[in-house]
Amino acid sequence: MDFPILTALVAVPAVGAIVVMLLSKHRPELVKLVTLLFAVLTAGLTIWILVSFNTGEAGFQFVTIQPWIPAWGISWHLGIDGISLFLVVLTGVLFPLVVVGIDPHHDHKRYFAWMLLLEAGMLGAFVSLDLFLFFVFFEIVLVPMYFLIGGWGYDNRVYAATKFFVFTMFGSAFMLVGTIATAVLAKSNGVGHVTFDLVEIADKANFAASTGRWLFFAFAIAFAIKVPLFPVHTWLPDAHTQAPTGGSVILAAVMLKLGTYGLLRFGVYLFPEAARWSRPLLVTLAVIGILWGAIAATMQKDLKRIVAFSSVAHLGFIVLGVFAITTQSMSGGVLQMINHGVSTGALFILVGMISERRHTREVAHLKGLQKVAPVFAAVFMVVMLSSIGLPGLNGFVGEYLILIGSFLTARWWVVVATTGVILAALYLLWAYQRVFHGEPDEDNKSFAELRWKEGLLLVPFIAAIVFVGVYPKPMLDRINPSVKSLIEHVEERTNYVEPEPIGTVQTEASAEGHG
Amino acid sequence: MLAETLQGPHVDWYAATPMLILLGGAMVLLVVAALTPRWPKGLYAWFTVAVALAVIVVSFFLWHTIDVDGAKTLVGGAIAFDHFSIWMTITISAAIALVSLSTDSYLRREDLDGPEVYALYLLSALGGVVMAASNDLIVLFLGLEILSIALYVLAASNRRRSQSQESGIKYFVLGGFSSAFFLYGVALLYGGAGSTNFTTIFNSFNSQVALDRKDGLILAGVALLIVGLGFKTSSAPFHFWAPDVYQGAPTPVTGFMASAGKAAAFAALLRVLVSALPNWSDDYRPVIWVLAVLTLFVGAVMAVIQTDVKRMLAYSSINHAGFMLVGVEAASHLAGQPAPGKGMSAVLLYLLLYTVLVTGTFAVVGLVTRTGDGATDLNAFRGLGRKRPALAVALTVLLLAQAGVPLTAGFVAKFGVIQAAVDVKSYPLAVIAMLTAVIAAFLYLRIMVSVWIADPEPADEVLEPVRTPFSAVVGIAVSVGFTLAIGFAPGWLIDLGNSVSQLAR
Repeated sequence: MDFPILTALVAVPAVGAIVVMLLSKHRPELVKLVTLLFAVLTAGLTIWILVSFNTGEAGFQFVTIQPWIPAWGISWHLGIDGISLFLVVLTGVLFPLVVVGIDPHHDHKRYFAWMLLLEAGMLGAFVSLDLFLFFVFFEIVLVPMYFLIGGWGYDNRVYAATKFFVFTMFGSAFMLVGTIATAVLAKSNGVGHVTFDLVEIADKANFAASTGRWLFFAFAIAFAIKVPLFPVHTWLPDAHTQAPTGGSVILAAVMLKLGTYGLLRFGVYLFPEAARWSRPLLVTLAVIGILWGAIAATMQKDLKRIVAFSSVAHLGFIVLGVFAITTQSMSGGVLQMINHGVSTGALFILVGMISERRHTREVAHLKGLQKVAPVFAAVFMVVMLSSIGLPGLNGFVGEYLILIGSFLTARWWVVVATTGVILAALYLLWAYQRVFHGEPDEDNKSFAELRWKEGLLLVPFIAAIVFVGVYPKPMLDRINPSVKSLIEHVEERTNYVEPEPIGTVQTEASAEGHG
Repeated sequence: MLAETLQGPHVDWYAATPMLILLGGAMVLLVVAALTPRWPKGLYAWFTVAVALAVIVVSFFLWHTIDVDGAKTLVGGAIAFDHFSIWMTITISAAIALVSLSTDSYLRREDLDGPEVYALYLLSALGGVVMAASNDLIVLFLGLEILSIALYVLAASNRRRSQSQESGIKYFVLGGFSSAFFLYGVALLYGGAGSTNFTTIFNSFNSQVALDRKDGLILAGVALLIVGLGFKTSSAPFHFWAPDVYQGAPTPVTGFMASAGKAAAFAALLRVLVSALPNWSDDYRPVIWVLAVLTLFVGAVMAVIQTDVKRMLAYSSINHAGFMLVGVEAASHLAGQPAPGKGMSAVLLYLLLYTVLVTGTFAVVGLVTRTGDGATDLNAFRGLGRKRPALAVALTVLLLAQAGVPLTAGFVAKFGVIQAAVDVKSYPLAVIAMLTAVIAAFLYLRIMVSVWIADPEPADEVLEPVRTPFSAVVGIAVSVGFTLAIGFAPGWLIDLGNSVSQLAR
C-alpha cells in the first residue's frame, strides 16, 4: 500500500487541533462541528485499516519508515499488528463519540483542540515502532490530558492534574534513560550501529541477562505507573474523580492501555529474558492490584472513585495475562484491553450523566433511580454486568481467556485472582443496589430519564459489549497470530516452552485461523 | 625603533571579524549616539539586532572556512579558531538579538531609553565570545572580566529601582570574589605547568616525567578555576548570588545573564577542562559529578518552593546548569582522546537551545511584570490565558520546552546530554538528572496553572493590562518558532554540532 495511512492517522487529528485553534472562540457550535469532522475522518481511517488488515498475518502491516533524526538513528517508523490494531480502532471510534456526546460547558475551542491533540498523541503511541518516537508520543499525551483535567475538571482539579503529570513523568524519567541505554548498548550487543528502531533491536540485539533486566525495569517502571499497577496506582483515582467526563472516558478507555500495551511491546517483545525472569514480581503485583482495587472500590462513597478503583482491578487482570505468557492469556489480555475500554468508558459516561443531573456523585445521595428512570437503569445494568464479567458479555471472554491461559503458568496466582471476579460483582452490584433500588427520595424524584441523544451515544458501546461477548472470534483471529509470534519470539530467546493449552476455545479458533 | 625589536604576533583579521563587529557596534552606539540627538524610537535596539545578525552571518562564512582549512589558533596561540568558538559566537549573538528586542519595549515602558544598555550588551557579548574562543588563561580572564563588568552595570541599570541597584552591588561584590578565586587558580596552574597557554599546559603532561610533575599546584589551580567558573555558571554550591541578582536585575538583563552569561561561562569551563586539562580528568571528574548532582537538586527543589516567578526561573536556570554539567561530566570521560565523544557537542547544543528558550521566557515575564518591573509574583500571571491568549500560549510552549516535553527544543537538549552521559556509562547521573527534571516540571506546571487555570482574584484587576509592543512580540515569536522547529526537526542542527568537539589546540 502506497498511501501512508498511519502517518495520515496521526496527522489528521493533529491538523484538526491546529484548525480548531484558528477558529473563533465565540462560535462553539462551529468548533464542535469541525472537531467532529476531523474525529470522524480519523475514525474512518481506523475503520479502513480494520477492513484492509490482513487477518492471518502476524507481522507489522501498513509499515511506514522514513529517517527523522539520522544523526541519532531515529526514524519515523510506524506499523500495526494484531496487538495494536484494536487499540487503534477503539481510539479512533471513541473520540468522535466523546466529542459529540459530552459537552465541556465552557471554553469549547481549547477543550476540543486539546482533545484532538490527545487523539493524535494516543494514535501515534500505538503505531510507533521506534523507541524514541514512542517515547515522544507517550510523553506528549500528558500535556493535553493535564490541561483537560486542570481546565475542565471538578473542584480539586489542579491537585489531581499535577499529581497525574508528575507521577507519569517520574516513570518517564527512567524510561528515557532506559530508551537511550537500550539503543547505545544494542550497538555493541549485536545491532552494530546506534538505532532506536524497535524491530531491529528486538530482532538482533542480544543483551546479557543482567543488562536486559536493568533496561527492562527502566521501561517497566514507566508502564507500571501508567497501567497503573499496585503500589503506584494512587494517582488514578484522583485523576479520574477530578477529570471532566470526557477526560475520564479517554483516560480509562485509551490512556491506561498505553501502559499495558507498552509492557507487551517494549517489555516482553524487547526484553523476553527479563520479562520471563521478572514474571513472579509483576504477576504478584497484578494480583495484589486486583484484590486491592476491588476492596478499595467497595469502600468508596463516590461513584466515580468506585469505577476508578475497578479499573485498577481490571488492569491487574490484563497484566496477569500479559506476563503469564501463554497464547490464551495474552490474547485475553489484549482483548480485555479493548473490553475494559468499552465497558469502563461507558460506565464513566453514565456516571457523568448522573453527575450532570444530580450535581453529586455520592452514592449516599442517590436512591431509587430505577423507579424514575428505568431505561437508564437498564443500560447501566448491562454495562455494569459487562464490567463484572457476566457470560455472554464482553468482559467474560477476556477474563476467562486470561484466567485459563494463566492457570498453566501461574496457577496459584490465578486461584487468588479469581476471587477478584467475585469481588467485582460485590462492589458493583452493591453500588447498583444503593443507587438504583428502593424508593426515590425527594431529591431523586425528578431524575430525568435517558434522552434520545444520550441513548444514541450509548448504542455503539452496548453493541460492542454484546457482540464481543457473543462472537469474539473475528477479534481473536486478528489478535492471535501476532500474540503467537510474540510467544515464539520469547521461546527463541529463552528456554521457555509454552505449555499446551487447555480447553477448546483457543484450539478451535486457531485451527480455523490457520485453515 | 621599538617596532623592530618587539615583534607582535601575526593577527588573522578575517578570523577575528565577529569580535571586531561586536566592538565596532558598541563603539558606534557609544560614540555616535553621544554626538547625535536621540535616535527615533526603537532604533538603538534594531541597530543592536543588526549587529548581532551581522555577526551570525559572518560566523557562517567562518564556519565554512574552518570546514575547508581546518581549525587553528590565532594571535600566537592565544585564541582558538574552531567550530566550538564559532558555535558559541552564534549562540551569544542570538542571545543579544533576542534580548535587545525585549529590552526595547522594557526601556521605553520604563522611560529609560538610550544607547548605553545596548552598548553594554555588545561589550558583554564581546567578552563572552573572547572567553569561548580563548586558548590561554590570561585571555580567558580578560574575556571573563569584560563580560562580568558589563553585566554588573547592566544589573544595576534601572536607575529608579533600588532592587536593581542592590542586585548590581551584590553581583559585583560576589563576582569580584569569584574572579579572585579564578585568578589565583590561574597563578597556581601557571606555577605547576609553566604556562598559561592551553596547548602548552596540555603538552606539559607528556613532556614532564612523573617525578618532576607539580601535581599539587596544578590540582589546587584546577580546583580554584572550577570555583571561579562554577560561580559564573551558577552551579551549586556557588549559586547563592543567582536568585537575588536575577530577581533584582531588569528582566531583559536577567534573560541576558541566564543565556549569554551562562553560555560563555560553560564554554570557558569546557575549554579549560577539555582543551587544557584532559590529562587530569580523572582527578576533576568526581568533582564535576558532585557539582552536577548538587546543582540539579538545588535548582529543582528550591525552584518549587518559590512564589516569585523570576526567582523560580533563576532556580530553574540552576537546574539547567546541572544538566549542562552532566554533559561536561560526559565530555570529561573522553577528553583529549582522538574520538572525543558526544559530551561537548551535547553541551553546546544545550547552550544554544537554552539560550533561545530562556530569552523568550524572560521576554514574556518582562511584559507581565508591567510598568515598574515589579509584578513578579506568581499571582501577576493569573488570567493571562484569558486576557492575552497568544502571549499565554507562547509562555506555555516555552515553559513546556524548559520542562523537556517532546517536540520542543528543550527535549532535544535534554536528550542530547542524557545520551552523552549514557554513552560513557554515567547511568546514575543520567537518572538523577531526569528525576530532578520531574521535580522541576512541578514548577513549570505551577506557572501554567496560574496562567490558564487559576481564577483571577478581585485584587488582580488593579494591575494594569499587559501590553505587547511590536519588538517584544517579534523576539518572542522567533523564540517560540525556533523552539518548535527544532523540536520537530532537530537533525540538521545536531549534524552541524557534531564537529564542535574538534578543538583547535
